[in-house]
Amino acid sequence: MKRKLILTLIGTLLVLMACRVTGPARAPVTPTPVGPRTLRLMTHNSFAISDEVIAAFEEAQGAKVEILEAGDGGVMLNQAILSADNPQADVLYGVDNTFLSRALEGDIFEPYASPLLDEIPDRLKLDPQNRALPMDYGDVCLNYDKAWFDEQGLAPPANLKDLVEPKYEGLTVVEDAASSSPGLAFMLATVGHFGETGDYTWLDYWADLRENDIMVASDWDNAYYGYFTVGSGGEGNRPIVVSYASSPPAAVYYAEEPLDEAPTAAVVGDGSCFRQIEFVGILKGTENRDLAEKWIDFMLDTTFQEDIPLNMFMFPANQNAALPDVFAEYAVIPERPAEVDYEAIETNREAWVEAWAEVVVR
Amino acid sequence: MQDAGKLSSLASCILSLAFLLLFYFYPLASILTLSFAPDGRLDLSALEKLIQTPYYLRTLWFTIWQALVSTLLTVGLALPGAYVFARYEFPGKSLVQALTTIPFVLPTIVVAMAFSALLGPRGLVNTTLVKLLGLDRPPLNLQHTLAIILLAHVFYNYTLVVRIVSTYWANLDPRLPEAARMLGANRWRAFRQVTLPLLAPAIGAAALLVFIFCFTSFGVILILGGPRFATLEVEIYRQTINYFNLPLAATLSVFQIIFTFALMTVYTRLQARTALPQELRSRRSTQRRPQTGRERLFVGANVGLMLALLVTPLGALAARSFAAERGLTLDFYRSLFYNPRESAFYVPPGAAALNSLGFALATMALSVILGLMAVSALTQRKETRFLGKIGFLRRFLDPIFMLPLGTSAVTLGLGYIVALDEPPLDLRASPVLVVLAHTLVALPFVVRSVLPALQSINPRLREAAALLGAPPRRVWREIDLPIVARAALVGAVFAFTISMGEFGATSLIARPERPTLPVAIYRYLGRPGALNYGQAMAMATVLMLVCAVGFLAIERFRVGEVGEF
Repeated sequence: MKRKLILTLIGTLLVLMACRVTGPARAPVTPTPVGPRTLRLMTHNSFAISDEVIAAFEEAQGAKVEILEAGDGGVMLNQAILSADNPQADVLYGVDNTFLSRALEGDIFEPYASPLLDEIPDRLKLDPQNRALPMDYGDVCLNYDKAWFDEQGLAPPANLKDLVEPKYEGLTVVEDAASSSPGLAFMLATVGHFGETGDYTWLDYWADLRENDIMVASDWDNAYYGYFTVGSGGEGNRPIVVSYASSPPAAVYYAEEPLDEAPTAAVVGDGSCFRQIEFVGILKGTENRDLAEKWIDFMLDTTFQEDIPLNMFMFPANQNAALPDVFAEYAVIPERPAEVDYEAIETNREAWVEAWAEVVVR
Repeated sequence: MQDAGKLSSLASCILSLAFLLLFYFYPLASILTLSFAPDGRLDLSALEKLIQTPYYLRTLWFTIWQALVSTLLTVGLALPGAYVFARYEFPGKSLVQALTTIPFVLPTIVVAMAFSALLGPRGLVNTTLVKLLGLDRPPLNLQHTLAIILLAHVFYNYTLVVRIVSTYWANLDPRLPEAARMLGANRWRAFRQVTLPLLAPAIGAAALLVFIFCFTSFGVILILGGPRFATLEVEIYRQTINYFNLPLAATLSVFQIIFTFALMTVYTRLQARTALPQELRSRRSTQRRPQTGRERLFVGANVGLMLALLVTPLGALAARSFAAERGLTLDFYRSLFYNPRESAFYVPPGAAALNSLGFALATMALSVILGLMAVSALTQRKETRFLGKIGFLRRFLDPIFMLPLGTSAVTLGLGYIVALDEPPLDLRASPVLVVLAHTLVALPFVVRSVLPALQSINPRLREAAALLGAPPRRVWREIDLPIVARAALVGAVFAFTISMGEFGATSLIARPERPTLPVAIYRYLGRPGALNYGQAMAMATVLMLVCAVGFLAIERFRVGEVGEF
């Protein structure tokens, strides 16, 4: 009996290992397409787009689009890197400039010089080899509660430096740079704004912020809906929050009752924001290269691009894409966001976040 | 006949082990190999870094002691509740029990909001105290404190202790402590020296589950505890996702696993010593209505505690879903059915509820079947024991079934991506993977619920039945099944619950959209606007309702007459 059991276990293990090592499946299993072809898009869980836009592509190409959601941006990228030799999808969308360097080093993309790149401003194009193509962008900025500042007769902050003034003590909630993507982006804005050297470095700034009793929430939803006075249904007591420049139009668009005026405003002073740029690329090893190219062209073209703002609250990269009214009216695009080189971000991420945590939370 | 019994327990042992082998050990081994030896050469420099950095040792220490304190608190608060459920009948009992289980399924972010509605600086408790005592600032400040972490752990795990212990307690013979009282022991002494030792296996099983849950706590620590606190699980997530430092993450993961395994091994030894075969009684003969004033007070106080601790936060959430700026409204519910942008990612509440239920029922079925198989492998009687000869394997079998619960979801999730990527096991984009992942977490709950019950059956009963000519199958049906069915039902409730509420592991697996209720809640909370907030609260209320109905339905389920036992 005992021998039988052990043999069965060993047998199972051997079969498993054989599957791995020899990988007999890979070569013969190139599926012969039956029916319409399928394009697989791997993306993060904030992705959203209209039904009719996807249907337009499916109709034009006689193909089906399948969307794989893979957690947040970081989780998605790690999955893509770990399955680089056997990709789960044809196209990956949603790597941002804070993760771009990791994606390029992970060598997960095939270059593709889409003709639509001509319609995208050069400042958004970070990869000269066109492995990662800019799709949209959004600025992480301070947001404040307009009504609260009116009632208090206090002027809202106009730039980062204002936050350390005593009159703003205990008013701000930011996100944890170690666990949240806007948290990291805001930290990067301060790195770009104050710099790493000089009389007053970004870490000095954070030490002052800590003195001024900032609150550090784990995530954006926790900060906005848990502590921010506007989002939290009355419980929050922080009228300043780190959010996006596109949050005010979203607050209008998703109001309970139609609003004439946004309840919040973004602080877009020079060097006060960090610009997140999101990229799309063809995954190396795809068997649908031609279809993937058509999909990327489609994503960069105006139909798709004009659908982005109200679905994802990001700005389209294509400069010919028209903005929806609520964006045109309530959103501001900061003219000069803080500058941080994307390669420096990946190189220094851990050291910066550790230093940040040391100063701010430990 | 003897051989048939042997064969079937061999089969169940192999099947349950094969499941673990395929969907736990194999993915785990794959990701650990990739992390430690990316180029085929073993690199243990991460271990050095880990030992040399005080921060990680502090994290390890914090992880252990917060779990320990949380467990002691939960067991201490829940034992009286378990007694009330075990010994008394009272109106609304099953509803109270269903309500107390709901916290288990709620996403942490939603719980954080409920707590802040009650305990935050502008919450109900603080504003009431300010008004009553005429204070100028809120007296209670729990934001980002250890206290709120512990409170949340009690909130989540209270039901675990109550359900497991009370099911066991209900079948204990009440005449034993009564005899002790008659011989002159006071109430406390009778409890301490008679009841407590008899309950030990169930309390131990529940405490163990609570401990491991708190040991791998993630959302509660991050969201409620704030950035000053980190457990190993939090650190593993950061190292993996933010820094892509797989070797360090894997080292921390291995620490977590070794600790769980060691804990389990000690526990299994202790349990073998405490498990006593008993004369079990039908719950019909052990439960009654509270009669004296004192009894009523005791039952009332415990139900009151449950309502205050567990049900008021749920009420706060539900209240939110009806509260708009201009007063009460059903708008948030109505708008759940409305998709203004024709978004491809709109989730109708009915579809989300059906997806959740589908995953939960599949998880429940699979984990109860596998769990019963595992338990039968763990409790073979001497005459059919084939593992007896290789005792070492048997000794490790029980700890092994618990390991998935003590393993980092991030590590295992990435393990799935790396390992299950080729036919015949290409499950990466399959919804089956979700059920498998949930089952892996649910399985220990079924095992821990059923095992103490099965071990409490006096083997002489079986022997007597066999002597009187009952074939093994009939012995099982008449003796084991009545006891096991009740305990398996408890395990089933937990399996259902775990699957309904699970978000972390599933969000790590890329797959075509089949959004569940928690996913829908997170989607609403992902963007600003009062409508999104209200809709998230409405969706959370739908989740609570679906779960409550689910619990009540599962508890109505009876295996013939035996469920009444």
